[in-house]
Amino acid sequence: MSQQQYQVIRDFLCIKMPKEIDHHHAETISRRADQFICQEKVNNIIFDFEETDFMDSSGIGIIAGRYKKVQVFGGKIYVVNAGVQVKRILSLSGLQQYIIWMKKDRKKNAEGRSQVTWKREEN
Amino acid sequence: METRGKLKTENWMQLQFEARSENESLARLAVASFITPLNPTLEEMADVKTAVSEAVTNAILHGYEEESGVVYISCRLVGDLLEVEIEDKGKGIENIELAMEPLFTTKPDEDRSGMGFSFMEAFMDELEVESFPGQGTRIMMKKKLGTGGWFEV
Repeated sequence: MSQQQYQVIRDFLCIKMPKEIDHHHAETISRRADQFICQEKVNNIIFDFEETDFMDSSGIGIIAGRYKKVQVFGGKIYVVNAGVQVKRILSLSGLQQYIIWMKKDRKKNAEGRSQVTWKREEN
Repeated sequence: METRGKLKTENWMQLQFEARSENESLARLAVASFITPLNPTLEEMADVKTAVSEAVTNAILHGYEEESGVVYISCRLVGDLLEVEIEDKGKGIENIELAMEPLFTTKPDEDRSGMGFSFMEAFMDELEVESFPGQGTRIMMKKKLGTGGWFEV
């Protein structure tokens, strides 16, 4: 996975999740995320599932494991752009109550430039 | 293209590969392409891929404990019924009932969710686990394809 897939904005770590998430990818993602939690002192983690079309139970491990770490400092877990498959896995795991769900909203502003905003999604 | 109801023939395939985590995607994609001629729904496709992924992960992580070994997959289609067997010759499961409990994991410190068997059970119609300590584990799953839609979450 490339560097750009991890981005730190203030105390938020944004992780662009890969197309497929299984235990093979999960270990790398968890390890990298933990480095950011320790070294960059990020409190909150945003998991962006825009590109993901497959996830098995290893995805639960990534999120639950990071949740355990950041919640100690009052940090939160955000899940954005989760498709139906990802949502189903997360809801079966019972994790959804610990997650703040967000949706990306693309709009054109007055000058015709496209603007991306995040909206809270109710589940 | 032949429609689902008229598919008369049986079909089968077998696959074996080294127990390495990078082969997990190979395993689920192979099974997914195997069922493609039945024109399954997106949900069924995701169900089968997830169940295969869980079983293969178990074989690699728990069966062989990330050491060398061979994972065997065998699939059979009889009409619209898919039968998948995933087998390893690894260390086996001491207590199958306990292993199948939701959230139970032998490796809690490694981010394991303990949901593997629960997902296999939830996503397939039938699940049977056969295991002998020291000899290996065989997972047998069945699923009828061509039913249901996505349930809303």
